[in-house]
Amino acid sequence: MANPVLQVENLVKRYGDVEAVRGVSFNVEEGEVFGLLGPNGAGKTTTVEILEGLRDPDGGSVSVCGLDPQRESEALKHEIGAALQSTSLPDKLRVMEALRLFASFYKRGRKPEELLKRFGLEEKRNTFYNQLSGGQKQRLALAMALVNDPKVIFLDEPTAGLDPQVRREIYDVIEELRREKKTILMTTHYIEEAERLCDRVAIVDFGKVIALGTPRELKAHSGGATRIEVRLSKPESNGALTNLEGVADAREVDGTYVLHSKRPPQTIVSLVKHLEAGGNELVSLEIATPSLEDVFIEMTGRRLRD
Amino acid sequence: MSNFASLTRTRILLALRNKMFFFFSVVFPLGMFFLYAGIFARSNPRAVSYFLGPVIAFNVMGSFWGLSATLVMFREQGILRRFHVTPVTATDMLASSLLANYVLTLPTVSVEVFLARFIFHVPSLGNLFSLAVLVTVGTVSFGSLGLVVASVTNTMQETQVLNQIIWLPLIFLSGATFPLAYLPNSVQHVGLFLPATYLVTALQGALYQSFSVSQLMVQILALAVWAILTFFVAAQLFRWEPEVKIPRKAKLWALATALPFFLLGAWENTNGDILKQAQAAFHSLERPSNSDQPSKTAR
Repeated sequence: MANPVLQVENLVKRYGDVEAVRGVSFNVEEGEVFGLLGPNGAGKTTTVEILEGLRDPDGGSVSVCGLDPQRESEALKHEIGAALQSTSLPDKLRVMEALRLFASFYKRGRKPEELLKRFGLEEKRNTFYNQLSGGQKQRLALAMALVNDPKVIFLDEPTAGLDPQVRREIYDVIEELRREKKTILMTTHYIEEAERLCDRVAIVDFGKVIALGTPRELKAHSGGATRIEVRLSKPESNGALTNLEGVADAREVDGTYVLHSKRPPQTIVSLVKHLEAGGNELVSLEIATPSLEDVFIEMTGRRLRD
Repeated sequence: MSNFASLTRTRILLALRNKMFFFFSVVFPLGMFFLYAGIFARSNPRAVSYFLGPVIAFNVMGSFWGLSATLVMFREQGILRRFHVTPVTATDMLASSLLANYVLTLPTVSVEVFLARFIFHVPSLGNLFSLAVLVTVGTVSFGSLGLVVASVTNTMQETQVLNQIIWLPLIFLSGATFPLAYLPNSVQHVGLFLPATYLVTALQGALYQSFSVSQLMVQILALAVWAILTFFVAAQLFRWEPEVKIPRKAKLWALATALPFFLLGAWENTNGDILKQAQAAFHSLERPSNSDQPSKTAR
């Protein structure tokens, strides 16, 4: 198939008076891991749910594996696999029973046995769903998303609410799927996750795609500058900070001054001098290597983290 | 295996692992049985036979509690959402829960019938084929009512309140708790507008008066039509997602489920003989010598 697996054009979705998705467009090619990165409430989940056929769009067009999720929802559901947000299974359903039950809904599929092994759930095969840990539940959710050997996999915030160690476990699983050339659309509000797992990322804010490209391209877009975050005892004007040596731009975000600099050592020296001259003091200083967070701050003036 | 079959199997499995299910579907109905048979009927075999109808009616109508609660819980916990991304349809979900409920109701009803016959020595169990037909249309129709309730309420609390509002008139005005003929005359006429009344009188007809399916045709047909209508409404109103609002027309649809018995009640109140039959059965209980009592002639 030469056509993209997912095509989204000018997608619009309203909830009452609120426009949750305001003209989102992107394509996902076969074998690509595509990420929707953005804060909570940016419209990522709504976009994914429209592609899964769970919600009807109010405008624009979408196609999934050449199918219209609205009109061909039944055929579509055989082709997709999904790990949803805010979902669960009956408490007293055992792991193996859940896999067998869901496998029975599809024409084609993988052996539940094989999925158990792959997701490290063999020992938990007879465990009730409500006795699984958060990480085990999420691994089961991923295994269930693969039960029909789908053409495209939707992962909605696959690591939300998991502790860092479990999150890394889930990353390994997703990276393995990526090596297998699975087509994946995932949403996340973790920078690290998007940079590590995605071939391409669309940064979404207030229902719009504000930047799209490979993580490398996006970072290059922000000039590849180092981020210096400082808190000061007295306010400074952004203009004065922009004039410091090596600074490309400076702005205040939630009481912290964020500077982007091509030459961090020189910038810090001139910053300290400038503060001393003005009787101001440095409360804290943090240096971060360029990340997608910088792209987000640059585009929106806000941080991505909650 | 079809989606419907595998879902039904899973629903049965889940119910059997649920302690609440055991209480409401086994302990509670059997408790009712012993209360009615031992205390109301004072272990008198003919009276036990008379009260077996209401006992089984309780069991059958109780379907709607379990079905509404489970469906709302599945929706609130996001379990339905997970099924929504699979090829499973709303009809698969609803029909499988009805069939599972039906399969799980049969053992308790059988035990009640068995106990009546062998512990309380009921001389004749009446017409068992009629009983089977009535248990079938009864569990499906009252179960569907539960599915409608689940779709017009948002939270478990709302569901339980609405269930109570429906349940109380169903059990008190239908003859399920106190015999219909024992209630004030005006209440008896109100009772004719309730589906429960037709289930109770028909079950009594089958068990106590040995009425055949054709003699109980009015009740069976009414319950069957009602079952189809309520199931249709339940499928129309079905919501996968907890946050999806109940459409305004949903309340109208839900009210439509009251229509068949509203019409039948109006007709029965003027022309029908279901009330007379129920009165005759009740009075025959007080006159044990009445020899045209089918349960006696069977002896």
